[in-house]
Amino acid sequence: MSASPPGVLAAALAERLGQRARWRPIEIAFWVAAVASVFLLPGKHIILAEIAILALFALSLDLILGYAGIISLGHAAFFGFGAYCAGLFAKHHLINEPVLALGAAGLAAAALGFVTSFLVLRGSDLTRLMVTLGVALMLREIANRFDELTGGADGLQGVGIAPVLGSFAFDITGHVAYVYALAVLAILLVLARRLVHSPFGLSLRSVKGNALRASAIGIPVNARLVAIYTVAAAYAGIAGALLTQTTAFCSLDVFSFERSADLLLVLIIGGTGYLYGGLIGAVIFKLMQDWLATMTPQYWQFWIGLLLVAIVLVGRERMSRWLDAARGLVRLR
Amino acid sequence: MLTILFDGIAYGMLLFVLASGLAVTLGLMNFINLAHGAFAMAGGYAAVVLVNKLGWPFFAALPLAFVIPALAGLLLERTLYRHVYTRPHLDQVLFTIGLVFMSVAATDWVMGSQQVFVQLPRALEGRFEVGGVGIGRYRLMIIVLCGLLTIALQFALARTRFGSRLRAAVDDPRTAQGLGIPVNAVFSVTFAVGSGLAGLGGALGVEVLGLDPHFPLKFMIYFLIVVAVGGTSSITGPFLAAIVLGIGDVAGKYYMPKLGAFAIYTIMIVVLILRPQGLFSRAPGR
Amino acid sequence: MPACCSSIQGEIMQRTRTVAILAAVAAAFALGSAQAQVKIGLILPMTGQQASTGKQISAAARLYMQQHGDTVAGKKIELIVKDDGAVPDNTKRIAQELIVNDKVNFIAGFGVTPAALAAAPLATQSKVPLIVMAAGTSIITERSPYIARTSFTLAQSSTIVADWAAKDGIKKVVTLVSDYAPGADAQKSFTEAFAKAGGQVLAELKVPLAAPDFAPFLQRARDASPDAIFIFVPSGQGGTFMKQYAERGLDKAGIRVIGPGDVTDDDLLPNMGDAVLGTVTVHHYSAAHPSPMNKAFVAAFENANKFRPNFMAVGGYDGMHLIYEALKKTSGGTDGDALIGAMKGMKWESPRGPMSIDPETRDVIHNEYVRKVEKVGGQLYNVEFATFEAVKDPVKAQKK
Repeated sequence: MSASPPGVLAAALAERLGQRARWRPIEIAFWVAAVASVFLLPGKHIILAEIAILALFALSLDLILGYAGIISLGHAAFFGFGAYCAGLFAKHHLINEPVLALGAAGLAAAALGFVTSFLVLRGSDLTRLMVTLGVALMLREIANRFDELTGGADGLQGVGIAPVLGSFAFDITGHVAYVYALAVLAILLVLARRLVHSPFGLSLRSVKGNALRASAIGIPVNARLVAIYTVAAAYAGIAGALLTQTTAFCSLDVFSFERSADLLLVLIIGGTGYLYGGLIGAVIFKLMQDWLATMTPQYWQFWIGLLLVAIVLVGRERMSRWLDAARGLVRLR
Repeated sequence: MLTILFDGIAYGMLLFVLASGLAVTLGLMNFINLAHGAFAMAGGYAAVVLVNKLGWPFFAALPLAFVIPALAGLLLERTLYRHVYTRPHLDQVLFTIGLVFMSVAATDWVMGSQQVFVQLPRALEGRFEVGGVGIGRYRLMIIVLCGLLTIALQFALARTRFGSRLRAAVDDPRTAQGLGIPVNAVFSVTFAVGSGLAGLGGALGVEVLGLDPHFPLKFMIYFLIVVAVGGTSSITGPFLAAIVLGIGDVAGKYYMPKLGAFAIYTIMIVVLILRPQGLFSRAPGR
Repeated sequence: MPACCSSIQGEIMQRTRTVAILAAVAAAFALGSAQAQVKIGLILPMTGQQASTGKQISAAARLYMQQHGDTVAGKKIELIVKDDGAVPDNTKRIAQELIVNDKVNFIAGFGVTPAALAAAPLATQSKVPLIVMAAGTSIITERSPYIARTSFTLAQSSTIVADWAAKDGIKKVVTLVSDYAPGADAQKSFTEAFAKAGGQVLAELKVPLAAPDFAPFLQRARDASPDAIFIFVPSGQGGTFMKQYAERGLDKAGIRVIGPGDVTDDDLLPNMGDAVLGTVTVHHYSAAHPSPMNKAFVAAFENANKFRPNFMAVGGYDGMHLIYEALKKTSGGTDGDALIGAMKGMKWESPRGPMSIDPETRDVIHNEYVRKVEKVGGQLYNVEFATFEAVKDPVKAQKK
């Protein structure tokens, strides 16, 4: 390869990238199923909307964990920030139209992500865990502190969400909420696909593989990490804003440690580093949690915990090998 | 003012005993054990059951509050934890969070979800004043006990044969093994002692921190802060960090009730940003 | 009914008889179940820090159904218990699912005020009656015309504490409440009533909801040297407070504890130790309430569970009673307006004593008792010694 003239190399690279970025049949099947669920499962739209939001949130974590190797125990910071932004926009009629508010909340979360990204550039896994966790907890304290604005521990009350695009009002059955959340998820997934299959995405992978070598071949490691962290924060913020908009409510819990920890579990169930992990994980996790919580409202956490322990002991690699047949079809790398 | 200082030191000492086991496993074995609080909870409940249900004196229950979690730690280390030592940190985090969830639900099932308390001997109740400073008897006991423990711990690590074996095993397990040090056994014992210390801290903390099944989650963050801020290369680091955290927390709530916890998170982040590699220099290479 | 349908069907179409029978039975069954079943969605914190509230209420609701049968006015009652972990986002989602998917006829429970507030708009939208069995902030019942409450409001007990304290010679008080809506309610109503009665509030302290170490706050209170501390913390935290109060020597310094009964919660009281002896609180329920009905209730409850019922349990028990009685009045009709109409002004004898639902505000009216912690048969109990009858929520009374 190194002997090829630059033009040929670029063309080969572009072709290679194009191959990777091609839509696989199973992906298309996934989206056909998702669209079908809108029509076939009208009674399940409330939980489906929640799944779609969780999937988007997990997709956001996948961007930094699966593609940049940053472990975070505080990803809820951006989720919560987006949630409160959307809530405050709607409550104070700053931005009434939900889609615009969603974008604005995403931008706000991105700004926060950009600022805090410098905190996770260096340091070991543990340092990153603590710093991300610390940021989420700080935001929670701030939200609690400024209770005139946020409602403190009582949650943000009196949020009225205007109809989407001026014509689709959120209803109690969750139909609009689900279609809206699903559409947002689909659009953002397509964007994320483009991103990870671009040269930018490839360079991220090399950073994840070995940051030192990556910088040796001229990849600006820190700039890449800052960029992906910012994008991931925007995704998480949009997910949070979706939650606020679909429930017309928002409380301090959006920042909670449990939310970040559950998110890790979701992503691990689905698998990291191929974008769909978060989506699949969200479906499995939510349905399982819903089922367990119905069976045993008091002790469902025990079984979730057991599942986590089992996943680790069996070994994620081994599990992923078992699933390889299925995954190979979806895997994009 | 001095009363606040006194309370803060007692609180910090308690945090140190609770977190010291974590400092050992994390610093020496490079293992992220988020389930550390579960062992503390086990010790706390052991003390509660022994004292309240079986009528043991408080001080007689304390050794068992050490032994029971230590045995539990040993058992779990032998059966489960050891498989996870060499795994990536992400696996360790998931594994131990899973253990926390299980312990919370299981405790709720066995012990009920309400807060529990332990009956204290009369001698430990109330407070007395020395030169205008209110001294709680119980908190004084905590300071004395935890102080002694700290000295013993430092001595054990720095001066005893076991301590030097442990340090050797951590620095280079393969060479240590080659020199005839039973590395696995050393790790097991260390883990058990760390769990036992947490249990003892849990038992002492019932009176001050309260105890309910949610304990491991509620205090996990505090333990992590102690270890993260204090560093893991020695026992002194976490000790100082715990004291500062204790005083900071108590004073923060006294003087600025609304900003207490916020200040602590800020301090933690600033420390970690200024010295990320310095504090955890062991972690990245391995 | 299935038999008659099938026979008619059978005569008409001999050949498809079996199919027809099945169809008819299925139809009858579907119709029958829609008519003969009433579903109650009970949303409670069964996990997390408020889990004890959820356990108390669900145990009490089950006890009520066990004692009074699961059929009312020809309808079979089905109880669906869901865990929200006291997280309002979850509460709202669960309530929505219960209403839309499970088609519940009542939503009930609500361990904390934020949870109840989050679910309130759904009650209005769906016209499904919402029964508050635990949360105690005044404004809740104003958030929807379909909300009724069988728990309590903090203002009810707080104002009476203030009156009683002033009469008992307490002049200077420091208030210490959890920093969320019920705490603010308790603090505000106490301060107003206490000022009116000639008392003085030296300092108003707010404890973060999730901060279990009261030591610094107690120290502040002590440094202000009041006659008493007025305290409100949510169910479950009272024990830690009382422990630290005694540890700090506030009892020896002559500073008393007064407040709503949450702080000497029956659930925790047996383990609190003798330091709490003599604590005077005002509340609507004590497990030691000396009525025959309450004695039977406590005995049955303790028999079925390992713990003593507290004021949360009685809220759940009475909530079920309210639902049962409303269904009797509507002869099993499940129209939301009819049900909530039936609840208005309803009066009954509860384990807590006589109580009713205010026809105007749909809020609870009950007696408030002044109680002192004493040892009864070697166990700590809140022993009632004075009664204020039929207390309405003062916050709403003021607004009129």
